Amino acid sequence: MIAEAPSSKKILTKGNYAIAQAAINAGCECYFGYPITPQSEIGEFMSGKMQELGRAYVSAESELAAMNMVIGACSTGAKAMTSSSSCAVSLMQEALSYATSDELPVVLISVMRGGPGLGNIYPSQGDYFQATKGGGNGDYRLIVLAPSTVQECVDLTYKAFYLAHKYKNPTVLLADGLLGQMMEPVEFKEYPYPEIDNSSWALTGAKGRDGRVIRSYAPLAENQCVFLEKLFAKYKAIEENETEWEEIGTEDADVILVSFGSTSRNVKTAMKLCREKGIKAGFFRPITLFPFPSKRLSELASKTKKMISVEVNMGQMINDVRLAVNGKIPVELINKPVGAPPAPEEIVTRIEELI
Amino acid sequence: MTTQVFKIPESLRENVKYSFCPGCDHGVAVRLVAEVLDEMELKEKSILVASIGCSVTLYDFLNVDSIEAPHGRALAEATGVKRARPDKFVFTYQGDGDFASIGLAESLHAALRGENVSAICINNTTYGMTGGQLGPTTLLGQVTTTSPTGRNLEYYGYPVKIAEHVALCDGTAFSARVSLDSVANIRKAKQAIKKAFEVQRQGLGFGFVEILSTCPTNWKMSPSKAHERVRNEMMKTYVSGVYKDVTSGEQAHIMRPSFV
Repeated sequence: MIAEAPSSKKILTKGNYAIAQAAINAGCECYFGYPITPQSEIGEFMSGKMQELGRAYVSAESELAAMNMVIGACSTGAKAMTSSSSCAVSLMQEALSYATSDELPVVLISVMRGGPGLGNIYPSQGDYFQATKGGGNGDYRLIVLAPSTVQECVDLTYKAFYLAHKYKNPTVLLADGLLGQMMEPVEFKEYPYPEIDNSSWALTGAKGRDGRVIRSYAPLAENQCVFLEKLFAKYKAIEENETEWEEIGTEDADVILVSFGSTSRNVKTAMKLCREKGIKAGFFRPITLFPFPSKRLSELASKTKKMISVEVNMGQMINDVRLAVNGKIPVELINKPVGAPPAPEEIVTRIEELI
Repeated sequence: MTTQVFKIPESLRENVKYSFCPGCDHGVAVRLVAEVLDEMELKEKSILVASIGCSVTLYDFLNVDSIEAPHGRALAEATGVKRARPDKFVFTYQGDGDFASIGLAESLHAALRGENVSAICINNTTYGMTGGQLGPTTLLGQVTTTSPTGRNLEYYGYPVKIAEHVALCDGTAFSARVSLDSVANIRKAKQAIKKAFEVQRQGLGFGFVEILSTCPTNWKMSPSKAHERVRNEMMKTYVSGVYKDVTSGEQAHIMRPSFV
């Protein structure tokens, strides 16, 4: 069940194990975490594997502490991560705000379950806002990657470590309970990204130089202005360089179905069923939720008649689709509040009602 | 031939200017930490985790690598630093509100795990930076801006004895409470800081020093009256001494079962 990686052979494993193994292959030196369903297998896997490899593992007293431990480790330039889910990711929001301000390469695996509050352990996409808009204070963004298959759980975990260190910004892999628990064949390739040199900022001890300070406290308003301008110039660069999406059949589409994560798989099938029925449907899947592929959606809005956002929540990503489309065409919602994604046939029926 | 008998510690930044209020003991405590870092030759391998409160700008004074933790989370961050880089010397400098109120879970769990880090906690019985509100260490009867008629049990409950609680944790190697109200006690405080740092160097576990300090501004007292209060009031509840030292075999005797 658990892969010995990296290797070119395909292995049947569940999303949570795949993420954990990918993190180890990516060179993750420290894991700090607290159990919560449906992602506990990540911590279970890490507890054994990290000790075996002589790397750091701490069963933190809370998610709040776990994320701050990640910050501490990242401040030394180490690759470090935590994983959690929904109501427990809420406890990390303060630290995520600090980590963006500290410009630290934090990696968070967020495996969504039903909410609000304790909710339930069914799959959900109800934390789109939590990940992309943030619950911490102040102006900041997290880089958010949304896998739709167990293979993408691996590939995007690699990418999460790379982007976090490249941009010195907290990065979230936004999976869900379905991906975490689902088994699929995966290939663990070598970590494909270059290692980032962090020697200019990491805390290593003030040897032959003055002490470095990683801080977010800016008592003077003008200092905070300068910092935020710099931070948002970085976000602009991330938008220009790292926006990623998948699109199929959008060129001649009358209606474009927009969906992310595990839900998008049934939406892709629904799009094909629509085509069989003579409905000219297209498929658009944001892979990076921040940066959101707004520019491309805006272009497509000039070519198509309608967009439909398909989500397992009460409608969250639809806000970003509407902002991108900016009133050019109507944007509708097909949703299920919580649980496994709606079946392709059900999606088709609802598309027929909307067009 | 002249001999230098006094100098500014190298672990302090050049031309350091403290931003503490006149008569505040923070300046003395920071200076002691700097002297110990110098004497133990730890400056170049130190990573400081600063905290929130009057201690927040510690990195402006100490010339060591540092990170500022969110309020109460210093020992979680110190855990992360030490686990990532076990060869570094890692210490926190926190207030009593940071350590024992908002951060009690992070603080005691670091001690319980026996994290091989050191923590300095300044106890001045109030939230200094925000203007003198009631904190976890505010004494019974003490008037603050949020206990206008004095701390009473009905509304506020008991103050916390930090050094004793830390000493009860199995992972603690050293826990002491000291004060800065006299030259003799300042010297004892320095020895305690040195010990708390030494146990980390030896890999023995969590080292802790609670420093009783003045807050003349919020206590509305002159510096000398404030030190009198440390002696006459604080030290009655917060008794100075070593509560645990695994190197000497001394253990805390705080809780004795009544049925013995």
